[in-house]
Parts: sequence; structure tokens; C-alpha cells
Amino acid sequence: MAIDKTLELFDCGHRACAGCGHALGTRLVLKATGRDVIVVSPTGCLEVFSTPYPETAWRVPWIHSLFENAAAVASGVEVALKRQKRSEKVVVVGGDGATFDIGVLCLSGAFERGHDFTYICMDNEAYMNTGIQRSGATPYDASTTTSPAGARSFGNRRPKKDMPQIMAAHGAPYVATTSVAYPMDLMQKVERAINTEGPCYVQVHSPCCTGWGFEGSQTIAIGKLAVETGLWPVFEMNNGQVTKVKKIMRKPVEEYLKQQKRFRHLFKPIRQEAEIAKIQAIADANASRYGLDLKPRK
Amino acid sequence: MTQIMEGSHAVAEAVRLSKPGVISAYPITPQTHIVERLAEMVADGLLEADYITVESEFSALSACLGASATGVRVYSATTSQGLALMFEVCFNAAGMRLPLVMTIANRALSAPLSIWNDHQDSISLRDSGWLQLYAQDCQEAHDLHYIAYRVAEDHSVLLPAMVCFDGFVLTHTYEPVDIPGQEEVDAFLPAFSPYQRLDARDPISFGMYATPDYYMEFRYEMERAMQRAKGVLKECGKEFGERFGRDYSDLVESYRLEDADTALVAMGSLCGTVKDAIDEMRGEGKKVGLLNLRVFRPFPFEDVKKALSGVSRVAILDKNVSIGSKGAVGLEMRDTLYGTGIEILDCIAGLGGRDIRKRDVRRIVGLAEAGGGDIFYGLREEVL
Amino acid sequence: MTLSVGCTARPGKSRENRTGAWRTFKPNFKHDKCTKCGICALICPESAVHENQDGFYDADYNYCKGCGLCAEECPAEDIEMTREEK
Ligand code: SF4
Ligand code: SF4
Repeated sequence: MAIDKTLELFDCGHRACAGCGHALGTRLVLKATGRDVIVVSPTGCLEVFSTPYPETAWRVPWIHSLFENAAAVASGVEVALKRQKRSEKVVVVGGDGATFDIGVLCLSGAFERGHDFTYICMDNEAYMNTGIQRSGATPYDASTTTSPAGARSFGNRRPKKDMPQIMAAHGAPYVATTSVAYPMDLMQKVERAINTEGPCYVQVHSPCCTGWGFEGSQTIAIGKLAVETGLWPVFEMNNGQVTKVKKIMRKPVEEYLKQQKRFRHLFKPIRQEAEIAKIQAIADANASRYGLDLKPRK
Repeated sequence: MTQIMEGSHAVAEAVRLSKPGVISAYPITPQTHIVERLAEMVADGLLEADYITVESEFSALSACLGASATGVRVYSATTSQGLALMFEVCFNAAGMRLPLVMTIANRALSAPLSIWNDHQDSISLRDSGWLQLYAQDCQEAHDLHYIAYRVAEDHSVLLPAMVCFDGFVLTHTYEPVDIPGQEEVDAFLPAFSPYQRLDARDPISFGMYATPDYYMEFRYEMERAMQRAKGVLKECGKEFGERFGRDYSDLVESYRLEDADTALVAMGSLCGTVKDAIDEMRGEGKKVGLLNLRVFRPFPFEDVKKALSGVSRVAILDKNVSIGSKGAVGLEMRDTLYGTGIEILDCIAGLGGRDIRKRDVRRIVGLAEAGGGDIFYGLREEVL
Repeated sequence: MTLSVGCTARPGKSRENRTGAWRTFKPNFKHDKCTKCGICALICPESAVHENQDGFYDADYNYCKGCGLCAEECPAEDIEMTREEK
């Protein structure tokens, strides 16, 4: 089934920040799903900017219940559809807080049960809707309002939780990472996921100009840098095995970091060489783990 | 056909005959016999439903919510801690106007941990927008499920409903229960006809957020629906009586209240003990009666007031307590009877499975005759 | 408008919120070096870029928030951001 790029199922007039990665990502997701879909969203930026009553931006059936239960609601939707012999695909689109943190119980249960639905995490790496607090998806050293950089802090003290591997370990037949910076890749992966039977997981890097501190015009540029530095490996897993990796000519991580306010403390007032090196090590580990490099760096 | 069966199985039979398309539940004592029996029915092909075995009560009710919004009849059952874990979903489902039906096998709340019966679990959800029906025996526990589905799904109501029955006291007790045939049930409870549903052919957004410009009106609409539910409950209860011979057209049951001076007020299985005690006291010439609150939400103010119009005092058996205030039933009764001059004794009693026997009922009547007030009845003074 | 039951709504309503008012910068589609690749339409987070009759692209200023993504990503550099005249 070819993706109709002109299909608009996410309407104008939503209240996302100008240049929002979530809004772009959601638009692209719906182009890939087409109309025959039911979308479940947890509480979060997307839910709030797309549905102040009565101004819904959704042109497909959509349901939001709570912050932490999207995967359980989707389980019920999926089973009810099958019972009625209906054809709609079930897709969850939610943020990283709902996915990595508060909703992980429901998510784990739903994947273990093997429901036929696709869970798409729009990952902007913090609780943006409530004012940029850290989540389990926040990367190492990112300054957020609950992991602020300071005299005794370089920001978030923990590396990002490895959700794709966790979901793959549940036996998910298809797990992929992608980015709003690569619209075709994103749409193709969503299409693959919804056409794979069983619970599938797609994690979308969704740069947030407001939360990360960059100009809205740079959303795609920043997204590309995350991929090009190896901090956001783009890959596909089938039945637990990595089957496809986006190869890159790797750039140093600081090219990505220095563009964003959330990492500014690593460069000003003084350059924190040791911390930058730790983040570089994360990228290096990603590169060797997924075989990201087009050719080994000299 | 009348059969001797366990209360939990009587409920499972009612669920089977109500034909839910999706069941989702998580095991918790003393609810387990209901959901195990339902799982067997599905496994044996006796019930055409999907049973989603979730990882928590929170997910159980969330899955039911999703399935209901997709257009199928759903069922869940829980108790105590499980209901507490569902708290958020309960409010949410009611606000979304999804007619879920759930059985509560009433049990105390922790801490201390207690698996025994009282009403603190369901009472703690009294403000959630769910209808709450309380069964006094296994037959009622069975019957009230049909009525719960009919009323919850009525397009003038569209609110979820809890059928509450006492953990162990009823869930694990064998009683004769009349189980109607499928055709009779179908005639009373037609297939689910959702008011609106998730459907790609007519896309609707469910669960939007409301600004201060709208929120209050949505809550007010729930209140209006709850008030309409009173009429629908009475109509359905009457029709049920005509079809099955057991009338539920009254939201409250009055027992020997006609000429009573003292009315006991209770909910659930305790009513059986109270009735026995009343019969004894009546034999001794004491003018006592019982008001059984079968429906706690919507609270039947008018019906209570009418039923108690002739009494001089009421003694309430509250199997719950709002720590820092009073018993939930007591509070409602004070509101209802305000200005009538009827004296009120509210007894917090039977918490955590503490037995209330006939002699306790007699004592409470004695206490009420001595004056009103608020007490914890039957405390073991020696350990205090 | 009477309330829906349970706070639901049918599509189209968000269009009543004209987000064009948010704009401080405005994309001008010059139709000069444009190769009609369609990237601008694909990546606008507002779904506010549409193909016109000539196969070129234009922004719907009722909704364009002026984020500048289209101008940034246009491979032909055919979109120019200018300060919004108010
Ligand atoms: S400036 Fe932003 S909102 Fe306006 S058309 Fe370009 S991408 Fe869309
Ligand atoms: S991105 Fe640039 S070149 Fe491509 S269609 Fe839009 S304006 Fe034309």
C-alpha cells in the first residue's frame, strides 16, 4: 500500500508551539496510517494541543483517557474491534513520559499479551507539557527544570532508558526508531509497524524547540544532528534482532549539543571537556553496538 | 430455574446472560470466584466474549473503557485495593459517559490489610459518577446486574454502574438463586447500542480536555443524568418485576416500616440480619422497621424521606467511615431528614469484617431510643 | 452549541482557531527557484502548505505560525522569511 503524502488527517488550528516536532511527527504518522485507524493518546503535549473542547485537530477516531493507561485502553479497543470483525488498525501516539515512565506497567502488560497494535512514542525527552521536567527518556546531562544544571550539577544524572530493547525483549515482532527529521523513514516504519501483526513499537525522535532551547525553524536540523552524531541511532528490529541500521558519517556530539540550551552549561561559562567526552562515549557505544559508522573514524 | 449456588457464581451467571463482548479483570480476594467462573465460561464456549487477563486492576478498567468506547458491552469485577487502584479510571470513565458495569465484592481497605467485608471501598468512589447498587442477597446480586446494564446503557443516563455485594458474606455463600433463561434475559436486556463509538467511518474525538468555559457544564450534565437515572431505575426495576417476579421498582426497600417508631438503615447483606432482629423485636411488641438503601448513587432523597415520614428516630448501620467526619450513609441521612425532627443515631459498625449479629441490632435500637449521636459501635474497649 | 455527551467532538473544529495570528515572521514562497519537490508541504507542522494550480506551493496564512521550518528545509532556498507586517 503506497503512502499518500497529500492525505491530511491532522488538522490546522492545533495549539502546538511553532515548529513543534510532535505536531509534525503526528501528521506524518497519520499519513502513513491512512483513515482506517483508531488512535489512542495518553495525556501530554499532543493531547492538550490537539483537543481543547470542542476544537479537535483529529480527522480520525481518537481517544484519550488518562496519562498512564494508553496501552491498556488500546488493548480494549483492539479486542473490541476484533470482536466486531472491524478493520481499523489501532495506533497509540504518546509522549516519552507516558511511555518510558508512568505508563510502563500498562505498556508492558499489553505487549506481553500480544495485542495487535502499534505504539508510537513521540520522544521529546522530558515532560514538556508540565514545564520541561526530566523523564526516563531525558539524555545524560540535559538540564531540565527538575534536573537543572548548577554549581553541583551537570543536569540529568542518568543516561536515557533503553526502551526499544525493553520492548523488543517483550517479544515485539517489530521495533524501530526513527525521527521527525526523516519523514519518509518515519512514514515507512509506521506503515511497516501497522502491517505487522502483534504489538509493535516505534520510537520517534521529536525535537522540542521550547524544551530544548532552539529556534523552531531548526527542528529538523537538530533532529538530523542527533542521528548524525550517533546519539539517536536509527534502526529496525525484527523479532528481537537488529535488521536494519541507518549508516552515518558520524559527526562529533558537540555539534548537536552546542545548538541547544539544555546542554549550554557544558560549554559556558567553561567548556566541560570531561562531560562532553562522556556523551561522546555514549555515541561511540551506540555506533559500535548498532554498527552506525559508514566507515571507521580515523 | 432455581439452583443452589455460590454468590460469586450467581453473579457470573448474570454476566454470562448479559452477554458482554469484553471482560477484563485482575484477581483479588474475594472477587476471584466470579472472574474464574467467567474465564471457564469463555474457555468452554459458554460465553462469547474476550477475556483480557491484564496485569493490574488499573489496566482492567482501562481496557474496559477502551472496549466500551469502541462499541461493545464490557464487564469487570474487583474489590478494595483493586478498586482503589482503579480510582482514576472510575472518574474518567464516568466523565466520558461510558456505561461500564462492574461488580464490587465489598472489602475493607488497607492498612491494616484486611480481606474481610465492609463498604469502605465502594463508598470511597461515591463521588465518581458511577451508579451504586447494593445487593442484600445472592439473588439480588444476580438480578441487579441486568438492571445495572439497562440503566447504565440507557441513552438518557450513560453512566457506569457498580453492583456492590458483600465480600465473603455473599461472594462465598451458597443460596438458592433463580437463574432466568437466555431468551428472557435478552427480552429485558437487548444488545448494546452505543450512543457513540470510535469508528473510522464517523471519526469522533473522545476524552478531550475542557477549559473553565466548559468543565462545569460537563459535570452538571453528569448530575442531571444521575437524577434521570432514578426514573430509569424505577422503570427498569418495575419491568424486571413484571418479567421475573422480583420487583425492584423502589430505590429503597421498606421492611415493616408502616407503623415503626424506630427505623434501622442499612445496605447490603446486613439487611438480612436486621430483618431477623426486627421480626424478633416485633414479636416483643417493639415498633421497629428497616430501610434498605438498595441504591446509594443516585441517592434517593425523596424516597428515603417518604419511607421514613412516620418514624421518630433512625439508627444507621454505616459499614464505612470518613475518618475525620462521619459515616457516609449517616451524612446523607442527616441531609435528607434535616428539619423533620427525626432523631439520628449513626453507628460506624462492622468494619473489616466485624460481625454484626441480631443482638447487636437490638442493642443499637436501644441506643437509638436513648438518643442520637455518632458512635463507633462494638469497639473492644479492652484493647484501647 | 449544546454540549456533546462526555466531551467528544467531530472533526474540523480546530480550524476555528486561526493560528496565523501567532506569526511574527512570514514565509514568502517566491516560486522562483522552486523545483516543486513538495518538502515544504510535507514538513509543515501546521499542515498549512498547499500545492497551488501551477504545482507551486503556498502557505495558508490563516494557520501558518511562521516557524520557518519550510524556509530552512527548502532545498532550493525559494522561501524567504520576512517580518510580519501587523
Ligand atoms: S513557516 Fe512554519 S508554519 Fe508557516 S508554512 Fe512554513 S513550516 Fe508551515
Ligand atoms: S520545499 Fe522549496 S523547492 Fe520544494 S516545493 Fe517547497 S518551495 Fe518548492
